[in-house]
Amino acid sequence: MIFAKIKTSLIGLTSVDRASLSLWRCQILAILRIELSKNFWGRRAMLLYLLALVPVVILFLLAIVDPDGASDISRDWNSSQQAFVNIFDALILRSVVFFGSTWIFMNLFRGEVVDRSLHYYFLAPLRREVLVAAKYIAGMVAAAVLFSFSTLGSIFFLYYARGYPANIDFLLDGGGWQQILAYEAITLLACLGYGAIFMFIGLFFRNPIIPGLVVYGWEWINFLLPPLLKKISIIHYLESHLPIPVDEGPFATIVAPTAVWISVPSLLIFTGLVLTLTAIRIRRMEIRYGME
Amino acid sequence: MRVEYRPEELIVFEDVSKFYGEILGVNRINLTIEPGITSLVGPNGSGKTTLMNLMTGLIQPTRGEIRLLGIAPTDPEQLFRRVGYCGQFDSFPRGVTGYQFVNSFLRVHGYEKRQAEEKAWQAIERVDLVEAASRKVAGYSKGMRQRIRLAQSIAHEPQVMILDEPLNGLDPMARAETIRIFRELAREGMHLIISSHILHEVDTMSDRVVLINNGYILAEGGVTGVREEIEDHPMQVMIRCNLPRELAARVFAAPHVVEAQLHPDRQGLFVKTTDPDEFFLMMNRLAIESSVVIESVTPVDDDLAAVYHYLIGSSGGGEV
Ligand SMILES: Nc1ncnc2c1ncn2[C@@H]1O[C@H](COP(=O)(O)OP(=O)(O)O)[C@@H](O)[C@H]1O
Ligand SMILES: [Mg+2]
Repeated sequence: MIFAKIKTSLIGLTSVDRASLSLWRCQILAILRIELSKNFWGRRAMLLYLLALVPVVILFLLAIVDPDGASDISRDWNSSQQAFVNIFDALILRSVVFFGSTWIFMNLFRGEVVDRSLHYYFLAPLRREVLVAAKYIAGMVAAAVLFSFSTLGSIFFLYYARGYPANIDFLLDGGGWQQILAYEAITLLACLGYGAIFMFIGLFFRNPIIPGLVVYGWEWINFLLPPLLKKISIIHYLESHLPIPVDEGPFATIVAPTAVWISVPSLLIFTGLVLTLTAIRIRRMEIRYGME
Repeated sequence: MRVEYRPEELIVFEDVSKFYGEILGVNRINLTIEPGITSLVGPNGSGKTTLMNLMTGLIQPTRGEIRLLGIAPTDPEQLFRRVGYCGQFDSFPRGVTGYQFVNSFLRVHGYEKRQAEEKAWQAIERVDLVEAASRKVAGYSKGMRQRIRLAQSIAHEPQVMILDEPLNGLDPMARAETIRIFRELAREGMHLIISSHILHEVDTMSDRVVLINNGYILAEGGVTGVREEIEDHPMQVMIRCNLPRELAARVFAAPHVVEAQLHPDRQGLFVKTTDPDEFFLMMNRLAIESSVVIESVTPVDDDLAAVYHYLIGSSGGGEV
C-alpha cells in the first residue's frame, strides 16, 4: 500500500522532471535561434568575422603569395611545422580566440543591458539558470564555429604549400590528421576556458577592461611563472596538448605538460563553477539599466 | 456585498519596501489587488514603476513579501505563464521585425512553431499591426512601438496583465484605441493593472484606483470612493497679494472655501478649499475683475490634496 504510494509519487516526480527537461530544451533552442542570429548576423558580428579571418589571411600570404615562404614549406616541412605551432599559439590561441571570446562572452549579458532588451528574457516563463545555460551555449557555438574556421583555414594553406602528393601522404600516414584533430580540440578548449573567464568578468566587473588586460598579461607571462602559478592559467593546459611543443624561449620555467585526463576535466570543472556563479548572479540581477 | 477572493486570485504586497541604495522607491506597502481593472495613479517618481517591477521580479524588495496569484516573483517559470508585463522601456532586441519580436519570445515560452505562429498573429491582429508586422521595429512610430510591445506581452494570453503608463505619449486616436483594447481584454476576463500619472485618463475604465505618492499609498478603493475621499479633504493654498484682507473676505464668500486666514506678515493669506478646480477658476476671475493684485497661488504641501490637484491636471496653474 505505502509502497504503491511511494511508487506513484516517484513516477510523478520523474514525469514532472521529464516535462521540465523537455521544456528547458525547447527554451534553450528558442534562445539559441535568437542569440545565434545576433552573433552571426548582428552588427557586432562584423568584427568577429574580421578577427577570425586574420590567421587565415596571414597563412595565405606566407604560404601562397610569398614565393620564398611556399618553397620553404615544401623544402623543410619540419621547421615549417614548428613555425606553424608558434603561429597557432601566439596568433590563434593568445590573440584571435582570446579577443574573440572576450568580445562574445563579455557581451552575452552586457550587450542586452546596453540595448535595454534583457528584460524581455526576464519576463518570459524561463528560469534564469536556463537562460544562462542557453546564452553560454550560444556563445560557445559562435566561438567554436568561427575559430575552428581560423584554425582549419590556416592549416589548409600550410598543407597546400607543402604540395601534392606530399601533403596527402603526411595527412594520412604521417600523423597529419591526428595533429589537425589536436589543433581543433585545443581551439575548442580555448573557447571553453576563455569563454567562462570572460562571461565571469563581464558580469562581476563594472568596467571589464582592466581585469581583461590583467588576464591577457597573465597569460603572456605564463612561461616565466613558477610551476604552481603556471597551472593557474588557461594557456598552460592548452599548450600541454600541442602536437609539437612550442618553444617558450630561454627564460621559460620548465614544467611537465599536464595530462589530458587532468587538464580537460579541470577546464570543464572550472567552466561549471563559473556557470554556477553566473547563474547565481543572474538570479539576483535587477533590471535598472543604470537610469532613473 | 463584498466578494471573498482566495489568495490564488489576488496580488498581495505584505509590508514591502524598496530602496535604491539610499533612495526610497516605495515604503511599507500593504496592498491587495483584486481581479478587475485596477489603476495605479501617482505623479512621476511616486513609485509606480517600482511597484510593477517588484511584482514581476525585475527588482527585488528590500523588505517584505509579494505574491501574485499565490506565486512568488522569484519563480518566473510559473509566474509568466499567467502574468504579462508591458513595461515602460521603449527598447527592443536589435534588428527585429514586429512579427519576429512577438514570435521569438513565444518560442522562448516553449510553444511549438505552429502554436507560436498562431498566437503571434492573433496578438498582432489584436493591436492592428498586421500590415507593419514584417517591417523592422526600428522604423515604427512611437504608437506602433507601444502597440507591438503590448502584443508581445499579451500574446501568451496571461490571466493578469501589468501595464506601465501604456497611454503615455500617445496621440488621442491611439489612446482611444488602446483603451478600447484594454476594455476588450477585461471583458474577456483578463485582470489589468494600469499605471498613469493622470487620474481622469484611467478612472472611467477602472474598477479600482490606488493612489500613490512619494513611495506611499495614499488611498485605494472604488473610483467614486477615492474621489470622494479626496474631495472631502480640503486643499490648502497660500496666496501672495497686495490686499490680503480684502481678498480673504471675497474668497470666504465662496461655498467651497472652508477657511481663510491671514499670513502673519500681512502680505498674503492661507485658504482651505474643498474644490480645487472651482477655487482656481475663482482665482482667475478675481485676478481679472478685482483691484487685488495677486502675485502667486501655491498649494501648501499637503500630500493628498496636492497629489489630487496634480493628478486631475487642474487648469489653475498652481505649482505642486
Ligand atoms: N534605478 C533607480 N535608481 C535609483 N533611484 C531610482 C531608480 N528607479 C527609481 N528610482 C527612484 O524611486 C522613486 C520612484 O520611481 P519610479 O518607481 O520610477 O516612479 P514612477 O514610475 O511613479 O515615476 C523615484 O524617486 C526615483 O527617482
Ligand atoms: Mg514610471
